[in-house]
Amino acid sequence: MLRTTLRSLLAHKLRLALSGFAIVLGVAFVAGSFIFTDMLQASFNSIVSGTTTDARVTPKGYQESDGFSGDDSRTLPASLVDRLEDVDGVARVDGDVFVNGAFVVDQDGDLVGGMGAPSMAVNYSDTPSTTGEQPLRITEGEVPGPGEVALDEQTADRAGYEIGDEIPIVTASGGDARFTATMVGEAKFGDSLLGATLLVFDTETMQQEFLNGRNVFTEIQLTSDDGISQSELRDAVAPVLPADVEVKTGDQIEEESLDDLAEALTFINAFLLVFAAVALVVGTFLIINTFSILVAQRSRELALLRALGASRRQVSRSVLVEALLVAVIGSTLGVLLGFGLAVLLRMLFGVIGLDLSGQGLVFAPRTAIVAYAVGILVTLLAAYLPARRASKLPPVAALRDDVALPEGTIRRRVIAGGGMAVLGMGALVAGLSGVDPALTLVGVGALAVLIGVALTSPVLGRPVLYALGVPYRRLFGTVGLLSTQNAARNPRRTAATASALMIGLALVSAMSVFAGSANASIDKTIEENFAADYVVSNAIGQPFSPQIADRVEGVPGVETVARYRFSNADVDGSEQFIAATDGPTLAEAAEVTFESGSLNDLTQDTVLVNSETASDEGLSVGDSVSVRLPARATDLEVAGVFEQSPVLGASYVVSLETLELGGIKPADAYVYVVRDPSTPSDQVRAGVESVLEGLPTVSLKDQGEFAAEQRDQVNQTLYIIYALLGLAIIIAVLGIVNTLALSVIERTREIGLLRAVGVSRRQLRRMVRLESVAIAVLGAVLGVAIGLLFGIVMQRALADEGIDVLSVPVTQLVVFVILAGIVGVLAAVFPARRAAKLDVLAAIANE
Amino acid sequence: MSDVGTAAQAEQRQARTGADAAARAVSLRKVYGEGPTAVVALDDVSVEFAAGEFTAVMGPSGSGKSTLMHCMAALDTATAGEVYVGSADLTRLGDKELTRLRRDEIGFVFQAYNLVPTLTAEENILLPLSIAGRRPDREWFDTVIDTVGMRDRLGHCPNELSGGQQQRVACARALMSRPSIVFADEPTGNLDSASEDDVLGFLRRTVDDFQQTVVMVTHDPVAAAYTDRVVFLLDGRLVDELRDPTADDVLEQMKKLGREADAGDGAGQRATGAEG
Repeated sequence: MLRTTLRSLLAHKLRLALSGFAIVLGVAFVAGSFIFTDMLQASFNSIVSGTTTDARVTPKGYQESDGFSGDDSRTLPASLVDRLEDVDGVARVDGDVFVNGAFVVDQDGDLVGGMGAPSMAVNYSDTPSTTGEQPLRITEGEVPGPGEVALDEQTADRAGYEIGDEIPIVTASGGDARFTATMVGEAKFGDSLLGATLLVFDTETMQQEFLNGRNVFTEIQLTSDDGISQSELRDAVAPVLPADVEVKTGDQIEEESLDDLAEALTFINAFLLVFAAVALVVGTFLIINTFSILVAQRSRELALLRALGASRRQVSRSVLVEALLVAVIGSTLGVLLGFGLAVLLRMLFGVIGLDLSGQGLVFAPRTAIVAYAVGILVTLLAAYLPARRASKLPPVAALRDDVALPEGTIRRRVIAGGGMAVLGMGALVAGLSGVDPALTLVGVGALAVLIGVALTSPVLGRPVLYALGVPYRRLFGTVGLLSTQNAARNPRRTAATASALMIGLALVSAMSVFAGSANASIDKTIEENFAADYVVSNAIGQPFSPQIADRVEGVPGVETVARYRFSNADVDGSEQFIAATDGPTLAEAAEVTFESGSLNDLTQDTVLVNSETASDEGLSVGDSVSVRLPARATDLEVAGVFEQSPVLGASYVVSLETLELGGIKPADAYVYVVRDPSTPSDQVRAGVESVLEGLPTVSLKDQGEFAAEQRDQVNQTLYIIYALLGLAIIIAVLGIVNTLALSVIERTREIGLLRAVGVSRRQLRRMVRLESVAIAVLGAVLGVAIGLLFGIVMQRALADEGIDVLSVPVTQLVVFVILAGIVGVLAAVFPARRAAKLDVLAAIANE
Repeated sequence: MSDVGTAAQAEQRQARTGADAAARAVSLRKVYGEGPTAVVALDDVSVEFAAGEFTAVMGPSGSGKSTLMHCMAALDTATAGEVYVGSADLTRLGDKELTRLRRDEIGFVFQAYNLVPTLTAEENILLPLSIAGRRPDREWFDTVIDTVGMRDRLGHCPNELSGGQQQRVACARALMSRPSIVFADEPTGNLDSASEDDVLGFLRRTVDDFQQTVVMVTHDPVAAAYTDRVVFLLDGRLVDELRDPTADDVLEQMKKLGREADAGDGAGQRATGAEG
């Protein structure tokens, strides 16, 4: 029995290769996601573990500089270093100044490194790590002295700087926004900086440029005497520390960093796995289809086995064993391809600045287990239905010429599918409107709708096929008629093939409707809420020095300058992203609708709350909110409740003073500029631009440019998602190729007959091509329709979050359908050629 | 079970109804379709196939001979009546028992050979045993393939064999599990006369040498002449039978049936339907 299965498998290599390919792609995505995130993890692990010191002293609850969420402004006095040196068991103490957000400007005036990878500055120190190595080394040239700098080799190469050059440096916070230093050496930190930029100065220069010249440090590194453990060191040091300063062991720091890292990687992995899931769902349709057709073609053979005494189980098992073999081979190839995908992802991340070239691929046993489990389960699941149908073949079918597989009624299928679609839609809407578990509901709901529609598509597709049949007949005569009839002849198969494409296109269309709405909403809100003439915004996702705003204020013709900052904070016990601004000046630069209170009510003792957050948390004016920032915790009174606005894009808004008192380094994310109406606009603009000259970290935009920048961000995300969904569409196209190729084989006799009565090869090719286009367009029309529905539902659900304009990109959707038609033509190339090549006599004589 | 029996012994065997029948049908009825479009293929057919005998089922096209065979071979289900293979009533068995019966008790030879194209001749012959998960009896295998004369072609795939050779492989397959009865459905329908002679001679030998029970559907009087007994069907009814037939006897009888069929024509069909 096994042998029969194996032989049949070998006899249908090509067909199985095509269905196996669906598994390969799906599994490759799963494996690639894991391999890539494991690789990321390994890279960061090596950085963290090779570079921590025995113990580190920082202000209590120090917010490590990540250049984005508000840097801690607290420091440690130099006197603390002296005191620590006297503690028994301490071998050496090094006061360090570490800053994230110091950029090198290249000879063309552009930033080196760009978005993504951090750009850090640190004082030179030869403190050993826990492993006894020296993480920071000068590999070439000299250790920098005052006014000198050492760059990491990669940055120096990229910028084209050599030892002896004057390096322009732009900082994000404190000191001068821009200064220069002479390059005297090249530096290296750990094994690899993963594409980050590193600038090494001497301690005085660091203090001068980043800490306003005070003799203080951001952290103090401790090295223990021989034989003293990390915890002994910590315990020895703890008593001499002031109350607001803490010490952590190297192990503790490592563990915390790795925990943070794991969280971030889980997110990346989940994001990639969503697309793997989409690919697998689409692949499932292809596999179901292939096995259905294979079973149909082998039904005579399977009936014969039944006639010879094979039980139902044996017949269905033989189909499942075949599926299992395909799954194992497909999964193996998928895992191999997964390595390729991981390499590709590594290259992509390299483009945005994360250099992982030093890290080899990591293949954890977990990756293999998950990849094989997914590949095998999906394939067996997909083959189960055809296998069950095969087992229902009556043995007497072996004696008939025209063997037809027993099929369940379409009615039951349509009812089940319709019910599923309706329930799925319900879950989707519930999930989007915030019923927990929201993400699961959205995912499961969307899947249920797609599968439900796929089930009903044999019926839903009828009008579409009919509508196509009319022009086909008119344009292509009998050949056109035959091709639509061929597509309609086996509605399930056509529907399943079209469904694979439908799923891909539904998601693409939904994203396009959603992105279109998001862009339209951005335009509308910017138009409505922006009273400012210009915005100075960061060009690289990192805040910039407050000195820029100070200088813009001095430009003639500038009436108001409103600063806007971000930070992380603990609000009433939960981690929140908060904004800070000066209320009265922002009121002049932006229109914000308040339910109660106003921007003018924002003081050092008050907080403004977003209306949605207010209703969720039950807050209203007069209530008290506890806000804890690194340096202090305070109770602030709610002074106003505002409606969600792009100008105030956070749940809580505090004053600039609150943030600074909380120990957050002043750094602006946006600066809104209002001009004096009596000064000509281009004059003001020229004035502000002269302030920003030489600062590639910031850019000046007017309302239209600002909106375009925001739209670009949405579009960039959209393109990444399109690219990832493209895989699902490739699988769907393979599905069409597969189905057509199999139907051509199945209809060998009929095709021979057509040729015998005078149909030309050209006509035959056209017939197959038209059928292909019909299937593709059917899938596209259904997909775009569902996508439209999904997009609208998403927009409605997120209307409160600021996406309050529905914009349907009609042209784009029409283009999708046209592209699907072209895809149909391409998918038919191989099957059509095959049909045309059939030898007339052999085709008719075919037993 | 017995050596070459005398005529008297044979008669005696006949008298003990059922006990020595390898298979029998009692008031078998088979209707295809429902309502006004229903077609009665078998109408109250009662027949016995004696053990160790070679029986031919004959009749004009549409007389129900193939349907009778399918019902008796557990390939198709009866609408009414009873079908026995050995002592088991097929109409009362579930799929599991029917599967076992097909596997162990029944051999089948098809008109279109129905070999699995991807397996070699030997693998095809052993297929029923491998389905059952049993080891082949090597001695019996040798006996069978020597009888069909296929020893030198065992490693070939079906498309490398002639029609006659394929059918001989199919016959060997039917015999491999030593079934209590072999059904052959027009086994020579697709063969040239030399091959036909091979296959029929082989079936005859299995009856003579191994006391195998064989039931064959045919409409070729020459083929029928190889058998011990011919039963005739017309319009779904059993109408006549011949013992130890010659080709001429059979041809004569067929001509007679042909005339009756022409005379009865459509009216006869309708009457048959109404009667049931």
